[in-house]
Amino acid sequence: MKIAVCVKYVPDATGDRHFEDDKTVDRVGVDGLLSELDEYAVEQALQLKEKAENPEDVVVTALCVGPEAAVDAVRKALQMGADQGVHVVDDAIAGSDAIATSLVLAKVIERGADGAPYDLVMCGMASTDGSMSVVPAMLAERLSLPQLTLASKVETQGAQVRIQRDGDTATEVVGGTMPMVISVTDQSGEARYPSFKGIMAAKKKPLETLSLSDLGVDAGDVGLSVAWTEVAETTARPPREAGEIVKDEEGSGAKALADFLAAKKFI
Amino acid sequence: MSEILVLVDHAEGAVKKPTYEMLTLAARLGEPAAVFIGPKDKGSEVAEAVKRYGAGTVYVVDDEALKGYLVAPKAEALQQVMEKSSPGAVLIASSAEGKEIAGRLAIKTGSGLITDAVDVESDHDTAVTTQSVFAGNYTVKAKVTRGTPIITVKPNSAAPQEADGAGTVEEVSVTVSDAAKGAQIVASQPRKATGRPELTEAAIVVSGGRGTGGSFEPVEELADALGAAVGASRAAVDSGWKPHSYQIGQTGKTVSPQLYIAAGISGAIQHRAGMQTSKTIVAVNKDEEAPIFELVDFGVVGDLHTVLPAVTEEVKQRKA
Ligand SMILES: Cc1cc2nc3c(=O)[nH]c(=O)nc-3n(C[C@H](O)[C@H](O)[C@H](O)COP(=O)(O)OP(=O)(O)OC[C@H]3O[C@@H](n4cnc5c(N)ncnc54)[C@H](O)[C@@H]3O)c2cc1C
Ligand SMILES: Nc1ncnc2c1ncn2[C@@H]1O[C@H](COP(=O)(O)O)[C@@H](O)[C@H]1O
Repeated sequence: MKIAVCVKYVPDATGDRHFEDDKTVDRVGVDGLLSELDEYAVEQALQLKEKAENPEDVVVTALCVGPEAAVDAVRKALQMGADQGVHVVDDAIAGSDAIATSLVLAKVIERGADGAPYDLVMCGMASTDGSMSVVPAMLAERLSLPQLTLASKVETQGAQVRIQRDGDTATEVVGGTMPMVISVTDQSGEARYPSFKGIMAAKKKPLETLSLSDLGVDAGDVGLSVAWTEVAETTARPPREAGEIVKDEEGSGAKALADFLAAKKFI
Repeated sequence: MSEILVLVDHAEGAVKKPTYEMLTLAARLGEPAAVFIGPKDKGSEVAEAVKRYGAGTVYVVDDEALKGYLVAPKAEALQQVMEKSSPGAVLIASSAEGKEIAGRLAIKTGSGLITDAVDVESDHDTAVTTQSVFAGNYTVKAKVTRGTPIITVKPNSAAPQEADGAGTVEEVSVTVSDAAKGAQIVASQPRKATGRPELTEAAIVVSGGRGTGGSFEPVEELADALGAAVGASRAAVDSGWKPHSYQIGQTGKTVSPQLYIAAGISGAIQHRAGMQTSKTIVAVNKDEEAPIFELVDFGVVGDLHTVLPAVTEEVKQRKA
C-alpha cells in the first residue's frame, strides 16, 4: 500500500505572523514549522503502516509544496517515521492560493510512489496559517477520488476504509473503498515525537526535490499573479483597549460584573 | 441583475438563521435566490420562509438520491443549479461541510473561492469580502477575480433584513455521478439538542476551561440565566468534560457573539482564534497574569466557583 501524507510548512503561530508588501503571508521572515495539524495526519499514516500485516509493504511518502525552508516540514515527517519525502519548490509557486496549491499537489500525487499509484492521500484538517480547510476536498475533486474528510477515527480492512466524522449536527460513520482522500482532525490521537533513532534514520531517507517543470505544471497556472482571488487590503486589528479588571473580594467581583453587564444592556 | 445563489442552511427543512443573513448580504450584490437541497415535500415551506428575506427564485433539489453520501453530490447539484441560473455569486454557510462543498464547486466551475467571510459588500458590482485572519489579528478585504465568486459566510455576518421576495419554487432534477457516491454515510447519530442557542449563532456565549475542574454547572447556570450558549476550551474537551462540538478555537468553532464570557480559560492563541472577534469580552480567572485578561473589556480576578454563581443570582434578581 502507498500512502501520501500532505504536510504544509507554516509560520509559527506563536510568532509574529504578518503580511508582506504584496499582501501574501510572510513565509520566510518568521520561523516556520510543520503545521501541527498535519502531524496528526502523519501519525495516522504511521499507525496504518504499523498495524498492517506486512508493515514493510506500506510506503508512507510525505509531500510538501512550499519555499526552500519548507524542506524542514518534510524532514520532520521523515523523523517521525515517514519512509520518503517529496518537496516541490519553485519561485513561481509563491503566493499560490488553495486552488493552485491543490493543482500542484494533485500533479505530485498523480505520479504515485515507486511506480505505483497512491492508495491513500492523507491530509490535516486545516493549515494553521490559512486554515481554509479546503485543500483535501479540492484534491478529491481534482483526482476524482472519494473524500473521507475530518476523521476523528480511521479504520481500514483491506481496501475498505471507515472513518468517524464529528460533523456540525451529527456524528457520522463514513465508508469507502481505496483509493481516496482522507483528512484527520486533532481528535484522532496525539502525534508522536521523533525519537533519536528516528532523527538519525531520517538523514538517510530519500528526499526528492521537484520543480514545476518536473511535474509538467505551467508556471503561468500558479502563483500570486494568476490567483483566482485578490487581496485588496490587509489591516492589523487595532489592539483592544485595556479593559477594567477587578479583584473579587467577598462577592464584590460578582456585583461589579453584574453592574457591567447591566450597563451594557445584557441584563 | 443576476441572481445571487444562497445555499439554504437547514436541518430537515427547518431553515437556520445564517440563511437569512446570507440572503440579506445577497441583496447587496444582486437578486437573492435560494437553493434548497433537502426533502422535496419541504420545498414550499422553505420557500415561504426564505421569501420573507427577499428570495426570488427558490431552487428545490430533492435530496433523496444525495443524502446517503458525503459532500460530493451536493457540489454536483449546486453546479447544475448554477448552469440554470448563471448567478453573479454563490454564498454558502461556513460550516465544515459548507467549505468542502465550496472547494469542490470552485474547482468544478473554475471559480475563485473565499472562505469564512464576516461581511460581503458590493463595490461597482463586484463582491468584496471581509475576513478575519491570524487568530483575528488581521482583517483582510478580498475579491474573486475569476469565474463566479464562491463565498462561504460565517454566522452573525449581517443582521437579517426582511424583504418581500417572490419565493417562486423551481424544482431542479439533478444527476449525480457514480464518482460522487464513493463516500457513503454508513451511520449517523444526530447530536442531542441542548435546548440552548446554537453556539455559532448565539448572541451570548459562556465558556468554561480547565479551571472549572470538570464541574460545568456554574458555567451552564450563568448561560441559562443569560439565555446564552455554552462553550469550552480544548483542555475541557480533552478532559472529556464536554464533547468536541462545544470546543471554541482554531480546531473547534469560531464564535463572534455580542458577549463572550470565559471562565477558567487562560487565553491561549489557539483559543483566541475562535473568540477574539467577539464584541464584548469578559473573563473570570483566579490568576491575574492570565493572558485572557489582555483581551477583556471587563475581568474579574477570582474563583469561578464562587463568582459565577453569585453573578447568576444577580442576573436572575435583576431580570425579575
Ligand atoms: C494545533 C493546536 C490546536 C488547538 N486548538 C485549540 C482550540 O480549538 N481551542 C482551545 O481552546 N485550545 C486549543 N488548543 C490548546 C491551547 O493551546 C490551550 O492548551 C488550551 O486552550 C488551554 O485550555 P484552558 O485555558 O482551559 O486551560 P489552561 O491553559 O490550563 O488554563 C486554565 C485557566 O483556568 C484558571 N483557573 C484555574 N482554576 C480556576 C478557578 N477555580 N477559578 C478561575 N480560574 C481558574 C487558571 O488560572 C488558568 O488560567 C490547541 C493547541 C494546538 C497545539
Ligand atoms: N502547501 C502544501 N503542501 C502540502 N500539503 C498542503 C499544502 N497546503 C495544504 N496542504 C494539506 O491540506 C490540508 C488543509 O489545508 P488548507 O485547506 O490550506 O487548510 C493541510 O492540513 C495539508 O495536509
